[in-house]
Amino acid sequence: MEQKSIFSVISPIMVGPSSSHTAGAVRLGLMARNIYKNTFSKVKFILYNSFATTGFGHGTDKGLLAGLLGYMVDDSLIKDIFNIVQDIDYSYEYVQDISRYPNSVDIIIDDRMKISGDSVGAGEIRITNINGFTVNIRGNYDALLLMYKDRPGMLSEVADIIQKQNINIATLQCGRDSKGGIASMCIELDIPAGDDIVEYIKSFKDVFFVTNVRKLK
Amino acid sequence: MAILSFENLRNKSSTENKPIYVIAQEEEAELSETDIDVVRLKVLEDLTAMRAAIKNGLKSTEKAISGWSGDDCAKLKKRYRNSEALFGKVFEKITAFALATAEENLRMGRIVACPTAGSCGIVPAVIVAVAEERNIPESKLIDALLTAGEIGLVVSNKVRLAGAVAGCQAECGVASAMAAGALVEMLGGNTDEILQSSALAMKNILGLTCDPVCGLVEVPCIKRNAFLAVHAVTAAELALCGVESKIPIDEVVDVLKRTGELMSPLLKETSLGGLAKTKTAQELEKVLFKKD
Repeated sequence: MEQKSIFSVISPIMVGPSSSHTAGAVRLGLMARNIYKNTFSKVKFILYNSFATTGFGHGTDKGLLAGLLGYMVDDSLIKDIFNIVQDIDYSYEYVQDISRYPNSVDIIIDDRMKISGDSVGAGEIRITNINGFTVNIRGNYDALLLMYKDRPGMLSEVADIIQKQNINIATLQCGRDSKGGIASMCIELDIPAGDDIVEYIKSFKDVFFVTNVRKLK
Repeated sequence: MAILSFENLRNKSSTENKPIYVIAQEEEAELSETDIDVVRLKVLEDLTAMRAAIKNGLKSTEKAISGWSGDDCAKLKKRYRNSEALFGKVFEKITAFALATAEENLRMGRIVACPTAGSCGIVPAVIVAVAEERNIPESKLIDALLTAGEIGLVVSNKVRLAGAVAGCQAECGVASAMAAGALVEMLGGNTDEILQSSALAMKNILGLTCDPVCGLVEVPCIKRNAFLAVHAVTAAELALCGVESKIPIDEVVDVLKRTGELMSPLLKETSLGGLAKTKTAQELEKVLFKKD
């Protein structure tokens, strides 16, 4: 069994009332921020199932927006976020869909990027989908994300450059919509991939999106 | 090496002649590749945040988002302005501190999940109240919190500390067992007495369900924090005078886990049964959902 930290029991310091519905929501927002990286003017949150039914009483709506704006889980300003935020067009939709995880959300930023994630309990989260591609980013590792035209050799080319930087791969997930179609790769790393690696991979044939995603503090 | 059972912990404590908190801080330092001082500093941060939550909670009467709660602690304080609690000052502080923290949690204040947000009032109330009344130094509070953490950690190696997994046994119940152990540590008890207190506390919360009204961490959660904080003191007092649990603590944890498995899903954080399905709860639900 993997050894756990004592601070998995007597932490985090967070604003209440729920580790899954409040802290988890903030962390999902923070993770979406790390993925999108840019400033934004419009965001829509689609809350599913338990997030939709009990979210408002737990401040899930506030937590998601605050996280996306960079507030940490213990920031006392989160409860006032609707009074603080300016010049951002934000909206919420509430949906019941049993095919989705009990606490899950789609975050649609500037009508450009759709990031889906789940709050899996005790403040832990996972990003499950970005723009239609399955990923698995839990925020406890730095990650590297790629989208490219499916072709042989991509994995070894990417792994090669990572290995040359002496970075260890923690987990790896690949997917594609069809043979020769659009493929995605999500790599969790023991140390972050620098912007130089990102720039280098951008130059690979058939790669049309690559970004590094920092882990959550 | 992860400590997977209390038997493990007890043996390590006796063969290496170390109290539980020393084992806890050494393990944590090794795991996070840092020094014991850094671990203790992080615990101090938690302790400071716990104190701040109590302080803020004692001052505020702001309602939770639901509008149902937020002024119970104020009622308690008002009563104690004119008369002392039946069980004296420590009891008064423990109940007030637990309510203050749990209410602060519901109004989106800053708290420390211990082990969860819903059970955040129990451990802080007990250790801070007793420390104030007995003038116990800060370093002993850090020892106590490490002891509480280690107890929670060993339980969590067997059963995930979530209402959805094992009902409130695994949240406020385990928090009470952690608080009992922390209290025994603060009052000078040894490893056996600490583990006995946790066993006694845990035995007495078996079967506790998680049936929050409207799915909010509010009814019955806030008041349960006060009840189970006091419950921890009973366990500590018994253990300190040599009372033992006939059933060893590891077996009690196994029962807690098994009881969680036997518990209907309706009673495990789904709000589909228990208090959440009472006539009154359903009426509250109607009002609440219409409001938004």
